[in-house]
Amino acid sequence: MLVIKEDRTATMEFDIEIIRKDFPILSQKVNGQPLVYLDNAASSQKPLAVIDAISDYYKTTHSNVHRGVHYLSQRATTAYEDTREKVRALINAKLDHEIIFTRGTTESINLLASSLGKHQIQKGDEIVISEMEHHSNIVPWQLLCEETGAILKVIPVNDQGEITEESYHNVINEKTKIVAICHVSNTLGTINSIASIIEYAHQFGALTVIDGAQALPHMTVDVQQLNCDFYCFSGHKMFGPTGIGILYGKEALLDALPPYHGGGNMIENVTFEKTTYNKLPHKFEAGTPNIAGGIGLGAAIDYIMKIGYEEIGKYEDELAKYGHEQLSAIKNLRFIGDATEKSAVFSFVIEGIHPSDLGTILDQQGIAVRTGHHCTQPLMDKFGISGTVRASFAFYNTIDEVDRLVNGINKAVAMLS
Amino acid sequence: MLSIDEKQNDIIEDFSIFDDWVGKYEYLIDFGKSLPMIDEKYKLDENLIKGCQSKVWLNTEMKEDIVIYSADSDAVITKGLVGLMVHVLSNQTPEAIVNSDLYFIDKIGLKDHLSPNRSNGLLSMIKQMKMYALGYTVKN
Repeated sequence: MLVIKEDRTATMEFDIEIIRKDFPILSQKVNGQPLVYLDNAASSQKPLAVIDAISDYYKTTHSNVHRGVHYLSQRATTAYEDTREKVRALINAKLDHEIIFTRGTTESINLLASSLGKHQIQKGDEIVISEMEHHSNIVPWQLLCEETGAILKVIPVNDQGEITEESYHNVINEKTKIVAICHVSNTLGTINSIASIIEYAHQFGALTVIDGAQALPHMTVDVQQLNCDFYCFSGHKMFGPTGIGILYGKEALLDALPPYHGGGNMIENVTFEKTTYNKLPHKFEAGTPNIAGGIGLGAAIDYIMKIGYEEIGKYEDELAKYGHEQLSAIKNLRFIGDATEKSAVFSFVIEGIHPSDLGTILDQQGIAVRTGHHCTQPLMDKFGISGTVRASFAFYNTIDEVDRLVNGINKAVAMLS
Repeated sequence: MLSIDEKQNDIIEDFSIFDDWVGKYEYLIDFGKSLPMIDEKYKLDENLIKGCQSKVWLNTEMKEDIVIYSADSDAVITKGLVGLMVHVLSNQTPEAIVNSDLYFIDKIGLKDHLSPNRSNGLLSMIKQMKMYALGYTVKN
């Protein structure tokens, strides 16, 4: 378990060796080599605290939530609903019921596209996304455009992989009804100036949807300060379980939206003539939810908060700085995305070497990276490539692992050239 | 002409001299590089194998009751892998191809490349090669 060392000022010391012991999966060997896990932007690993919370829940607490009068149901409900409060506190939402549990970021965005689309989008309206969006923040809006006759507009990114003020000023206007944009790019690592984009979108009365899947594992998010209308993220990228995610929305906006799925739990009263819907958040949570996933996410949030985003940020900045230096020294390596504000994600290509070949040889050396288009094909088109190699770091990665990566790449290049 | 199994056994023997992954992959890389490129006229979208992270083109022809495959890829390890498949299955009758058991991939320690989520699409490639062969048996 995580041991927190406290000094006299009660700040916590970041001890990488102790932290790594909290993640049992990291201590294994892959292809005979100690695993170097650098695919965190796809999914992060889970600390024992999360694994134990899920296991304990099934051993001691499992029951269906919300309507049971018996002991286990009430305990399960309390544990599950505790996570809602933890999420609220984590992102500084005003109210618990502004936190909707979903299966993940993808479902959160689909929920919005579906429910917003039914009432608020008409032919000729414009929906604005950016060129660096993940397919999950492109396709739901395309589907909505096809249904309604709305038009999808795209904010371009520059060669560094950034969205400039000029570029979004050129796209957002009085026709814009929704601006859906990522906080941090999964492919480039770019941290977007979303507060400014949100403020600008609001000047035209547009609603703002932020895909925060890549932000929560690394940085503090304050939805009130950002003043975004909706914010979406996934549990599994922030050290929690798969199959659980969050949709945050401002109360008044969520209240005005029609439900997404119908079923149990989301109703107030059902007759064959008419059904009235439950209050927030349950209106959007039909059926038996992912209770274990919710409880696991709560444990992941506790874990992150114990370490603290400030410590995580400081440590990851060091990793990013060292990684950038070391990778830059590799001959013929070109970063795809080199933004000034960037998380510890490196996407790159090496001249004359196919990313899948490089990924295969790295895997043989126990190094897990992702290769391909990273679900951002339009972004690959912009850079004129079919894919990249992406090494994405988390706070449990080490300086030594940066060296392993660099040595691994050098070996691969020698073999493949 | 050697049978499919004789060719597989030759490959298994070739790989048996390697005691680590480096040798195996160097062999694959060199094999991939040594293979002739597919004729540009066959690099058509309809010849692309779906499900590959790298591009793989497969062209099939029938000459005097035997199937001739040629293939190419923009990734060299993938090209080496598909090159092995082409080497084993090309110049055989459609029936022999359809009924073949491709055990050599497992025996040379590259079975991981056959998992369904594998980005090189080797599994799709094998299915496609057998589908073509099956098509020829029906035509006959």
